[in-house]
Amino acid sequence: MLMKKNYRSERHVPAKDIEACGLFGVMNIRGQKFGALMAIEAIKNIKVRGNGLGGGFAVYGLYPDYKDYYALHIMFQNKDIKAKEKTEDFLGEHFEIIFDEEIPTNPQVSLFCPPLVRRYFVAPKKGEAEQAIPDDEYVTSRVMYINTNIEDAYVFSSGKDMGVFKGVGFPEEIAAYFMLDGLYEGYIWTVHSRFPTNTPGWWGGAHPFSILDWTVVHNGEISSYGTNRRFLEMYDYYCTLHTDTEVMAYAVDLLMRRQGLPIEIVAKIFAPSMWDIIEHLPEKEKKLYTTLRMVYAPLLMNGPFTVIVAHHHEMFGLTDRIRLRPITAGAKDDLVFLSSEEAAIRYVCPDLDLVWTPQGGEPVVVRLNSEDHLKSLNKSI
Amino acid sequence: MNNLNVKFGLRNMFLDGVRPVSELVQHVNTNGSNAYIDALGLKHKELNDLLRETALKGVTSITVQNVFGQRYIGTRLYLPNLAKKMEIKIAPNPGNDLGAFLNGHRLIVYGNAQDGAGNTMDDGEIIIHGRAGDIVAMSMRGGKIFIRDNVGYRAAIHMKEYTGKVPALVIGGTAQDFFGEYMAGGRVILLGLNLSKNERHKAHYIGTGMHGGVIYLRGRVEEYQLGKEVGIRALDSHDWEIVGQYVSEFSSHFGFDPAEILQEKFQKLLPVSTRPYGKIYAY
Repeated sequence: MLMKKNYRSERHVPAKDIEACGLFGVMNIRGQKFGALMAIEAIKNIKVRGNGLGGGFAVYGLYPDYKDYYALHIMFQNKDIKAKEKTEDFLGEHFEIIFDEEIPTNPQVSLFCPPLVRRYFVAPKKGEAEQAIPDDEYVTSRVMYINTNIEDAYVFSSGKDMGVFKGVGFPEEIAAYFMLDGLYEGYIWTVHSRFPTNTPGWWGGAHPFSILDWTVVHNGEISSYGTNRRFLEMYDYYCTLHTDTEVMAYAVDLLMRRQGLPIEIVAKIFAPSMWDIIEHLPEKEKKLYTTLRMVYAPLLMNGPFTVIVAHHHEMFGLTDRIRLRPITAGAKDDLVFLSSEEAAIRYVCPDLDLVWTPQGGEPVVVRLNSEDHLKSLNKSI
Repeated sequence: MNNLNVKFGLRNMFLDGVRPVSELVQHVNTNGSNAYIDALGLKHKELNDLLRETALKGVTSITVQNVFGQRYIGTRLYLPNLAKKMEIKIAPNPGNDLGAFLNGHRLIVYGNAQDGAGNTMDDGEIIIHGRAGDIVAMSMRGGKIFIRDNVGYRAAIHMKEYTGKVPALVIGGTAQDFFGEYMAGGRVILLGLNLSKNERHKAHYIGTGMHGGVIYLRGRVEEYQLGKEVGIRALDSHDWEIVGQYVSEFSSHFGFDPAEILQEKFQKLLPVSTRPYGKIYAY
C-alpha cells in the first residue's frame, strides 16, 4: 500500500495491512452542545482500526458568533503563500470577508508536514447577473473553482456554523493539534481514523469529506467511484481529492440538498435492495425501488462501505446492502451514537439504554428534536 | 496533487507501546485458583499476555472486568497440558475475535460480543448473555457457542466438522443475512425466541453456498429467504434428540424453559449438494 522502499522506521510493519477504518459519531437530539472529549475518547478506544495516517473531525454548532456566514476552512499545502494570495484575491472578488484568521494550532504537537490552515467567514458577493443563483450554489461553484484551479489550495469545509478539522496523524493527535477539546463545542461530532482509500495519506485526503454543511466519514472502498464521479461531473461536481469518499459527499449534496430527497430514499439509491428481494416486496415499494434503481443507477455505491453522514439537524449511518463493514448504533437519553464498534460507544457511555445494528442498506437516521433513530430498530438486531 | 506523500510513519497499532507483564501486575488480583483482572486501559496484547501469565500460574477461574473492545480474548491460551480447562468471565464488551482458536476453555460474556466471536474455535464453550456481531463462529471447527440474543451477518460462515469434531452454535434470537453461508459442517440452531407470533426470521440468503452440516430453525421463514443451495426437511427422531440436547443446555445457561421452546415447529435446512459451485469453478 505504501511504498516500502521509502520506509525508514524501525518499527514492525505487518506484512498485510489489517486495519479497517474507525468511525464514530454522536449527536444530541435536543441540540445541546458538548465538547470534543467523547469523540476523542471513543476513537482512541478503536485505535487499532486506524494507522496514524489520517484523522479528522466534523463539528456542528461550531461558530454561533458567525452562524449566518459560510465558514471556509482552507488548507495551503506546503504553506504556499502564493496559493494563499491567489485564494484571497479570488475570495475578495466573490465574497464579503467578514472575518478571517489562521486556525489556532498547538505548536507543541508535531505532525507530519502540516499545511497552513486558515478560516474565512464569508457572505456571497453576487454580481447583478448572479442575483437569482441561490447562495448554496454560488458557494459550491466557488469552492469547486478554488479546489480545481488554485494549486495547493483546498477548501475542506464550507458550511455555516460547522467545520471540519483533519490531517495526517491519529485523530487524537489532530484533536490536540487543533486544540478541539477546550476550544470548541457542537451538538454533532463525527470522527474518522485511518487514511483515504488507495491514496497516500495527505492532509486534504483525510476524512471527513465535506461540501457546504455536508460531511461524510467512510470505512470501506467505493468500487463504483469511476461511474459515480462521471455522473456527478454532469452536475458540476469535480473530484479533486484523489479518493473514493469524495463522491459520497457530492452525491449526498446533489440528492438531498439540490433534489430534496429524504435520506430514507437516498439510502435506497446508494444501497438498493437486491432484485430478488425487491421482487417479493409489496407492489408499491416494488415500483418505487425499481424506479430508483433505474433512474439513479450511476449513483449506486458498490463495494464495501459504512458511512456516517451529517449536516445541520441530522446525522445518519448507512452500510452497503450486504454489510461488508460494521456499524452499531446506541442511545442514552438525548445522545445517539453511531460507531464501527459497540465498545467505542460503551467506553464513553457505559450505561446505554439501547444498542442495535441495522440491516445492510437500512439507514439509522438521527434527527434534531425527533426520535426517528428508533425507526431503524424494528429491522435491526 | 502534493509532493508530501507520507512515506514513513506507518505505525503498528497492535504492538506499539505494549507494556511487559511485569508492569501490569496491578491489574491482576489472584486468590488461590481464582483471579480478577481489571482490563481498563489495557491493549489487546497486554490483556492476553496477562491472561496467559495468570493461567500459567495455575489459576483456573478468571473474572475480567472493564473490557471495552479488547480483541482475541482467549486466543493465546493454547495450553494443552493444563490439568483443568479454564473458565473466564468477561464483562461488559469484549472486542472482535473473542475466543478465536479457543483451546477448550469456557468463556462467559455478561454483555454483548462483537464481530468474529468463535473464529476458527477449536474446542470449549462460549456463552454470551447478550448479542453478538457479524461472522459469529466463522470457520469454527469444534466446541459450542450459545448466544442469548441476536447475531449479525454471516453467522456460521464456513463452519466445518471432521470425524468426531462437530461444532455447535445455538442462537436464542434471530440472525441477519447470509446465515450459514458456505457452511461445510457442524450444527446450527436458530431459535427466534424474541420474534413475535407469526413474525418471520429477518435473514435472507440463508445457507447460500452451504455444502455440509445442518441448520435447525425454529419459527417462520419463507422459501425465498433461503439460498439456492439448501432444502427444507422435517426433523426425524435423531434430529429431535440433537435439538433437545442443545436446547436444554441453552436453557440452563439463560434460564429458559426447554419444553416451551421445543413446542414450536422446527425445520431442518440441509445442503442439496456437497459441491454447489463445482460446475462454475472446475476446469
